[in-house]
Amino acid sequence: MFTIIKRILKSGWQNFKRQGNLSFATCSVLVTKISLITFLFLSHRILDFAISEIRLRADISVYFRQDCLEKEIFELKEKLTEFSEIQEVEYISKEEALENFIERHKEEKTLMDSLIELGSNPFLASLNIKASEADSYEKVASFLEGDDFSGLIEKVDFYRRRSIIERVFKITSFIDNAGVAVSLILISVSILLTYNTIKLTIHSQKEEIAISRLVGASNWFIRGPFLSQGVICGALAFLISFMIVSSSFYFLNSKISIFFPGFEVLSFFKSDFQNIILIQLICALGLGITPSFIAIRKYLEI
Amino acid sequence: MIQLQNITKIYPPNTIALENVSFKIKEGEFMLVAGRSGAGKTTLLKLILVQECPTKGKVLFEGKEVHKIEKSQLPYLRRKIGAVFQDYKLLSLKTVYENVAFAMEVIGALDEEIERDVPKILEVVGIQDRANNFPKELSAGERQRTAIARALIHRPRVILADEPTGNLDPYNTSEIIELLKRINELGTTVILATHNKEIINKLGKRTITLEEGRLVRDDEEGRFLL
Repeated sequence: MFTIIKRILKSGWQNFKRQGNLSFATCSVLVTKISLITFLFLSHRILDFAISEIRLRADISVYFRQDCLEKEIFELKEKLTEFSEIQEVEYISKEEALENFIERHKEEKTLMDSLIELGSNPFLASLNIKASEADSYEKVASFLEGDDFSGLIEKVDFYRRRSIIERVFKITSFIDNAGVAVSLILISVSILLTYNTIKLTIHSQKEEIAISRLVGASNWFIRGPFLSQGVICGALAFLISFMIVSSSFYFLNSKISIFFPGFEVLSFFKSDFQNIILIQLICALGLGITPSFIAIRKYLEI
Repeated sequence: MIQLQNITKIYPPNTIALENVSFKIKEGEFMLVAGRSGAGKTTLLKLILVQECPTKGKVLFEGKEVHKIEKSQLPYLRRKIGAVFQDYKLLSLKTVYENVAFAMEVIGALDEEIERDVPKILEVVGIQDRANNFPKELSAGERQRTAIARALIHRPRVILADEPTGNLDPYNTSEIIELLKRINELGTTVILATHNKEIINKLGKRTITLEEGRLVRDDEEGRFLL
């Protein structure tokens, strides 16, 4: 058994070496496919992150009456966190609101003078609410406008922002769905192209397969070298595409940071390092072996 | 050893390649299959090699009906038969040595056995100096010798040769036929399909003649007849 396996592997390596141009073409195609799939995976992760960041910017604010007690506000906050649709509820006290205002507008003398002239804190305590879906905001707004809270709440700032919130969610959903659709199309094309490449390789070897059968080789003895050739191509393609993807991300990281300060593309690569290796390895071996296995079956049946 | 019983082969829709052909081949016999192009010689050899199935009739090899053998067992049958073709059918990615060694590898021979036997057989057929060349680097005669070496190396029970000299000049033709004669003298059954009258007349061996798929003559000492 060991001798047969050794011979199959040796034959696969010999074929790979002796068909230099064909091996190069097959590897190139595999490298392209694997790199594409990896970039799609990482792009999807980055897109997910960007979309959730954008969606976090959409929120509604609930302003409480001046005489409202903090204890009552915290009770309402507790009730809101029970909503599964709500991602985050942030309490901003009157004092914090005033501090934030002064910090943002400290250079504007007119505003500061007006504030001093007022003599008191004009700001209201508020709850800042972020939800996961656009529809959820309306539900939350309706809940807050109920009779239970009419004595506490001064204003619910939703209807003014409603159209913006809905637009943000619509656009990000479209981008998300488009990303998935593009990924599926590219992966399908990738599989089809690889299958055809391997089928062409096998077709060119059709006569060799027929001769091997006439000499009395068993099906696995014929199939084996093609599969081991596929493994060799796949392994080489994995190494090359890993180098391409990792060097691309190192290069892109500094360029993207210019446009989006603080946004580290490389951090996605590092955090998903194991997944990237796994995806590339599975794709490399899968795309290298499976099409060979399927394509050669046709000629072994003849 | 080999028996064809009422063999008919019809290629769709209605091309009759062989019609009601019956004969027996004894072990150690040298038999020629003569006939013009299209007479059915190649089809006959393909039926023995189980490359084709008969429309009617049986092919028996050592008493077993070959077309009823399970597909998984076919490689074992083919290892008992050495085949030589007009177009050589050599593996283009393997050297002469590797082509011949391949026939031993498929039967699971040990590396030591291969290293011992392959150089010997290359010497027998006269291409030991070309062991490391690829088929495309060989002359027609050298390619055919390589094919014969590969057919012989695993000591088959029978050699099937389908127009082995079809692409060769007279000098090489003569040498190849002498080689086949020597192989037969050592005990291997040889079935040689040819339309070359010089070969048929020179050999004087048993000759069956096919004409339009029918067996028209079976002479113990054959001569080429128009």
